[in-house]
Amino acid sequence: METLLELAIGYALVCVLLAMVFCAVRLLAGPAAHDRVLALDTLWMCGMLLAIVLGIRFGTQVYFEVAILIALVGFVSTIAMAKFLMRGEIIE
Amino acid sequence: MSGIEHLPGWAALPVALLLVLGATIILAGALGLLRLRTFYQRIHGPAITVTLGAGCLLLASMIYFTVAQSRLVIHEVIIALFLLMTAPVVAMTIMRAAVYRDLRARKHGTGATAGDVYALTEGGEDDA
Repeated sequence: METLLELAIGYALVCVLLAMVFCAVRLLAGPAAHDRVLALDTLWMCGMLLAIVLGIRFGTQVYFEVAILIALVGFVSTIAMAKFLMRGEIIE
Repeated sequence: MSGIEHLPGWAALPVALLLVLGATIILAGALGLLRLRTFYQRIHGPAITVTLGAGCLLLASMIYFTVAQSRLVIHEVIIALFLLMTAPVVAMTIMRAAVYRDLRARKHGTGATAGDVYALTEGGEDDA
């Protein structure tokens, strides 16, 4: 059972890292600016999920705070960039 | 700190299943973000990453820490609630920005029509 959990955690780490690579490719090659914003938002999300999987792997609660900080900052930055794309300014 | 704590088998099995399922869904969402053609198809990919993939991983984390510390550890609910509240806001804001930009740049091939909402923007382009 221990090896089953270790295998599952390894598979999850590989999948999340591969998803981050896909998001980075879309971030670099996105044809329009809103494509890049969407890819960056998904990259924040995958980073948060990577922190959660690492928290399970090392069995500590420290990564939970990392994950919640990444979620908060990612939300605020995505909203700011989307508003900038829409209006050309952030605080009207 | 050095590694995975000892879990009984009845708890390790659902944690492993939820981890594998969530990671596969996350990979599918990122693959959709990479492979789909237009932006309005592409925005559907991260939606399942945010809701279903993150939900599976957060549930796995909750089960793991509850069994490993033999007390109720459910503060991942905070992240889940935050994601469920903010994911539609993020998607709607990015989509509105994309529709506005596509209509302003007169890119009609991308499929941005938006009904009559931005008809005034589309028509009165010259004095804007």
